[in-house]
Amino acid sequence: MSATSYTIVNLPDQRTATLPKRSYLNNEDGLLSWLFTGDHKRIAILYLISITFFFFIGGAFAGLIRLELLTPQPDLVASDTYNKFFSMHGIIMIFLFLVPSVPATLGNFLIPIMIGAKDLAFPKVNLLSWYLYWIGGLFTLAALVLGGVDTGWTFTTPLSTHYLNTHVVTAATGVFIIGFSSIFTGLNFIVTIHRMRAPGMTWFRMPLFCWSNYAASVLMVLGTPVLAITLVLVALERLVGIGVFDPTKGGDPLLFQHLFWFYSHPAVYIMILPGMGVISEVISTFSRKRVFGYTAVAFSSVAIALFGFFVWAHHMFIMGVSNYSALVFSLLTMLVAVPSAIKIFNWAFTLQKGSITFETPMLYAFGFLGLFTIGGMTGVFLGALGMDIHLTETYFIVAHFHFVMVGGMLMAFLAGIHFWWPKMTGRMYPESLSKLAAVTTFIGFNLTFLPQFILGYLGMPRRYHAYPPEFQVLNVLSTAGATVLGVGYMLPLLYLAWSLKYGAIAGNNPWQATGLEWQIQSPPLTENFIETPIVDHEAYDYEWLAHKTAQEVTTVG
Amino acid sequence: MDNAIVATHPHTHETAIAAEHEHVVLPQHRHHFETQEQQREAATFGMWLFLLTEIMFFGGLFFAYLLYRNWYHDAFVVSSNQLSIPLGAANTAILITSGFFMALGVWAAEVKKQGLLVLFLVLTTVFGVAFLGIKAVEYHEKWEKHHIPGASFDVSQFTNPQAYGLHEKPLAPDMAQKTQIFFFLYFAMTGMHAFHMVLGIGLLFWLTWRARRGEFSAGYVAPIENFGLYWHFVDIVWLFLFPLLYLINRHPGS
Repeated sequence: MSATSYTIVNLPDQRTATLPKRSYLNNEDGLLSWLFTGDHKRIAILYLISITFFFFIGGAFAGLIRLELLTPQPDLVASDTYNKFFSMHGIIMIFLFLVPSVPATLGNFLIPIMIGAKDLAFPKVNLLSWYLYWIGGLFTLAALVLGGVDTGWTFTTPLSTHYLNTHVVTAATGVFIIGFSSIFTGLNFIVTIHRMRAPGMTWFRMPLFCWSNYAASVLMVLGTPVLAITLVLVALERLVGIGVFDPTKGGDPLLFQHLFWFYSHPAVYIMILPGMGVISEVISTFSRKRVFGYTAVAFSSVAIALFGFFVWAHHMFIMGVSNYSALVFSLLTMLVAVPSAIKIFNWAFTLQKGSITFETPMLYAFGFLGLFTIGGMTGVFLGALGMDIHLTETYFIVAHFHFVMVGGMLMAFLAGIHFWWPKMTGRMYPESLSKLAAVTTFIGFNLTFLPQFILGYLGMPRRYHAYPPEFQVLNVLSTAGATVLGVGYMLPLLYLAWSLKYGAIAGNNPWQATGLEWQIQSPPLTENFIETPIVDHEAYDYEWLAHKTAQEVTTVG
Repeated sequence: MDNAIVATHPHTHETAIAAEHEHVVLPQHRHHFETQEQQREAATFGMWLFLLTEIMFFGGLFFAYLLYRNWYHDAFVVSSNQLSIPLGAANTAILITSGFFMALGVWAAEVKKQGLLVLFLVLTTVFGVAFLGIKAVEYHEKWEKHHIPGASFDVSQFTNPQAYGLHEKPLAPDMAQKTQIFFFLYFAMTGMHAFHMVLGIGLLFWLTWRARRGEFSAGYVAPIENFGLYWHFVDIVWLFLFPLLYLINRHPGS
């Protein structure tokens, strides 16, 4: 592509933009038209509202955890209550926020439009998956209201099966049901991407967002059923008292670990891959350049999905797996760093000599690049056997996965929400306020989690509500950071809600981006396209975009 | 700005539209698919993917079974001897027959023979219910022998087989306890399989009702085809369960 030689630096005049008369938002009215909709865009909005709700519940637990850890003494809550706090925080954040975050909202909204289809292949299944999400969510909330769960989000046996009288079965049922919601989303995406692409939309013309969601969908479809059967076994063991995981009856707790992590390690790639897709779109758009090494980035998503299935035992290095399998899993774990690094380097080369502008999504994307790199590199530390034995079950682990999940995925999610907000709602958010939020989030995040690396390295174990007094300074820093972070997350909630009514009208393509979704009206029509688009250009072809006005055939929308 | 993407190949576009209009549009054609062919392919592909998730779901159970069979081989062999091969074999034959009628049902739908389709769906259902009936007999026998895992589980048949007229080597008490793991996995695996059968039979009632209304007699056969895939998958799971649970290595050394 020769897009490097030609760049667009001026955004179009938004003063003349108007909201379209008819769009998916006002096509039908009334609550029921939303609750029984088959429209992928409306389901995406339903998901967005739902996951935001659960995000703030999970966030409240995070706040309580940090509040307890402000002082070395266990003064705010009893140890049991603290255990429930971090368990509910983990279960809600992972299963009800991170796993569905980008795929179920942005993916649902965008994948059909990006490939030129009118909807996902199975609209009713898509709606069903949202209802399953809520049924699972209600089970989880029920477990919370009835008194909570204190197994940690990992449901570790035999702790979860024999030694606790909290609501493990209720929460496990919730996660089981949410799992099927995730399976159906993944299944829908795979079929849609295989069968619904518009004429001319070849695999290597698809935006990288579709590739990364496709890879994540494969993980959802293959991994989640294993989690489902594992949770069934845990529930049966608790209810009926059989001993598949119970060592006193000949069962093997390590089998639980194998089955659980066979899903839950790929699950971290389910969480991060769609975020990586968002970053590809954002960085290309605000550098006015085709993503460097498109094919390599596309295949690195697939490679991450593939390798992701063969590294699960690195969660079990200290649990008595054999030395040989530990060696193999350590090596495979480090191999995952290769495709991840391919992505980071390719994004860096995309930036090189690009016409970079610093809109809010781009700020979040820069945050992602730095924080995900730190999170990924510390992952390599943890993959090394000697380091892992020192660092596992300490705050180093906590800091590591929060860098990847919050610093990486949540940054990517917010980048995506800001990037496609004009498309989803037809309105702009206040630019300076949103930049402030992006910077606040970045500062707050680092203040929260950088001290936790040091705490973990010094040996502070995770999952305790008290700690030796010499760790207090770093813990106070972390809690202070969490406060800033909380402000950083509240801000978008407020100004995005404000923008729904008062935001400037965005126009069809406020960022001058190349994806098909930017070539239709904002917000889109229910059927997305008046007529099926015919794709004759590569993804991220800014030259094509520049000449588009001269070529286009106008139809009434 | 407009809603159209650059159409630089008007010719291809027109032929695509022309091709689309050659087909007779069925009432079941959904608007977001370009062609009925695309709709049918998408549905079949989705079904195959769903079956893949089912394989992973059962895979966890098979993995646990094979692991524990290796660990507690003696206990698994004597517990396996408690299962009735005639009943298991009869059930295998019944299930294959049911799958055969399902395959005939798909054929009947494809050649648009409504009466035959209904007949074959009913036969599929009858044999499916027969399978569940025999399974219930087997479960009941386990109940009488106290071989259902849990508080009432009784290992005396395995520690003292002569007293029950069994020609087995007695197991040491700790190994005899491991028979419970066999029976738990037996119930989990066959129970999960039976659960899929029950769901399938429910769907069969619904499909039979729709077939009687003539919904699948005008060229729209996707639900029948895809249910056929599901039903055959459930058969195949049993074809793995039967040898693993009933047949392999029943009397080592004899």
